[in-house]
Amino acid sequence: MLIPRIIPCLDVRDGRIVKGVQFANLRDAGDPASRAAIYQDHGADEIVLLDVSATLEGRQAALRTIAAVREALSLPLTVGGGVRTADDAAAMLDAGADKVAVNTAAVNEPALLTRLADRFGCQCIVLALDAALRPTQSSWEVVTRSGKHRTGLDAITWATQAVALGAGEILLTSIDRDGVGSGYDIDLLRAISTAASVPVIASGGASGPDDLVAAIRAGVDAVLAASIFHDGLWTVDSVKRQLAASGIPTRQ
Amino acid sequence: MPPAQVYIVRTGIANIASVLAAIRRAGGEPVMTADRTVIDQATALVLPGVGAFSPGMRAIDELGIADVLKARFAAARPTLCICLGMQLLFESSQEAPGIRGLGIVPGTISKFTGNIRIPQLGWNQVQPDPACSLLKPGFAYYANSYRAAQAPAGWASASSTHGEPLIAAIERGPMLACQFHPELSGPWGAQLISRWLTSAGIPAQRAEAIPC
Repeated sequence: MLIPRIIPCLDVRDGRIVKGVQFANLRDAGDPASRAAIYQDHGADEIVLLDVSATLEGRQAALRTIAAVREALSLPLTVGGGVRTADDAAAMLDAGADKVAVNTAAVNEPALLTRLADRFGCQCIVLALDAALRPTQSSWEVVTRSGKHRTGLDAITWATQAVALGAGEILLTSIDRDGVGSGYDIDLLRAISTAASVPVIASGGASGPDDLVAAIRAGVDAVLAASIFHDGLWTVDSVKRQLAASGIPTRQ
Repeated sequence: MPPAQVYIVRTGIANIASVLAAIRRAGGEPVMTADRTVIDQATALVLPGVGAFSPGMRAIDELGIADVLKARFAAARPTLCICLGMQLLFESSQEAPGIRGLGIVPGTISKFTGNIRIPQLGWNQVQPDPACSLLKPGFAYYANSYRAAQAPAGWASASSTHGEPLIAAIERGPMLACQFHPELSGPWGAQLISRWLTSAGIPAQRAEAIPC
């Protein structure tokens, strides 16, 4: 039986880790490769590396950063940010990514997911689904361009469609909660986990182990967090001890 | 002493940066090859695999290496097959009806069924049977939608469960084929790679100790 994954996220710009509140006011928090190695030593189950500025500024994620992280890492590495074409994805995979995450380009051209899955296998293709609660509070819409553009597209509909097209996993971020530390959007996690047949990674809003427990109980397969690990509030192993105390199995 | 060369079959369909890095961490020097003689004779050979069964067999056919791979296994030379690389050893797969696998081990690959998430992505158990010597109990990272449901005769095997039973890995002497990715399976996976290199007569570094 699969056990829930604990995934520290490295938000990277210009080869350095940054993490900001709702993608604005980015502040520096270190070197990606050494930080990834620390997370690995602490028992991380996977690392996600997101180039947070890539889509806005038209840049690709730093391939040298991916290669440096890969050399030290004996864990799965998922990379996102600025994937527009299958060749972009190939460059990231060649540099050392095991999976690539795509958001804006897939919304603009859903067939990209199929091309990626055909070329690399669906287990390599992660749909980065950024979702925001609609003003009516009744459902969620897809957000692209690093949280800047509300598409009007229904998040559940898009998740289902993206899986049919070839996405093998969903990295689900609540834009409302990202960087806020008020907990994951549990209703969103439950809705997408129920609708999608592929694994779902919860992202956006974790403030501590209780939030991770709630997300896992809502049905996600993995939980991603950035700030709580960067800021030293929690380590992966201390989080895992708390999860174990709540009856959730973890990889020791 | 220079690091021993560990050859990786250049199938062209797998992203193998993780495998190369893992071999380097274990103290080997990874070298990509599509050379028939090397694939036949190399002291240690890795058949990597990410992707689908049909393009995998096509790559092997285009390289013209099916016969030397079979000869290599017949001679029990040290070989590590990963993920799709393991599945290609079988006779066929539901993923590619009508396409013949290498047929080095008997049996067929089938799709996961039932109310589970597909692909299987994440950490799952590895439970070796008592005949295993390279494989130890632990957790490994898997990324697969298809699997061997039954262990082939003549091989020791480890099992796991994702809704239904699957074969996690098979081994016979210095031949090891894993459905999971040892190169992505943390210290446990690094130690498995080291044990395999040792079985090939290559002194592996103990690259990553399990933390106490």
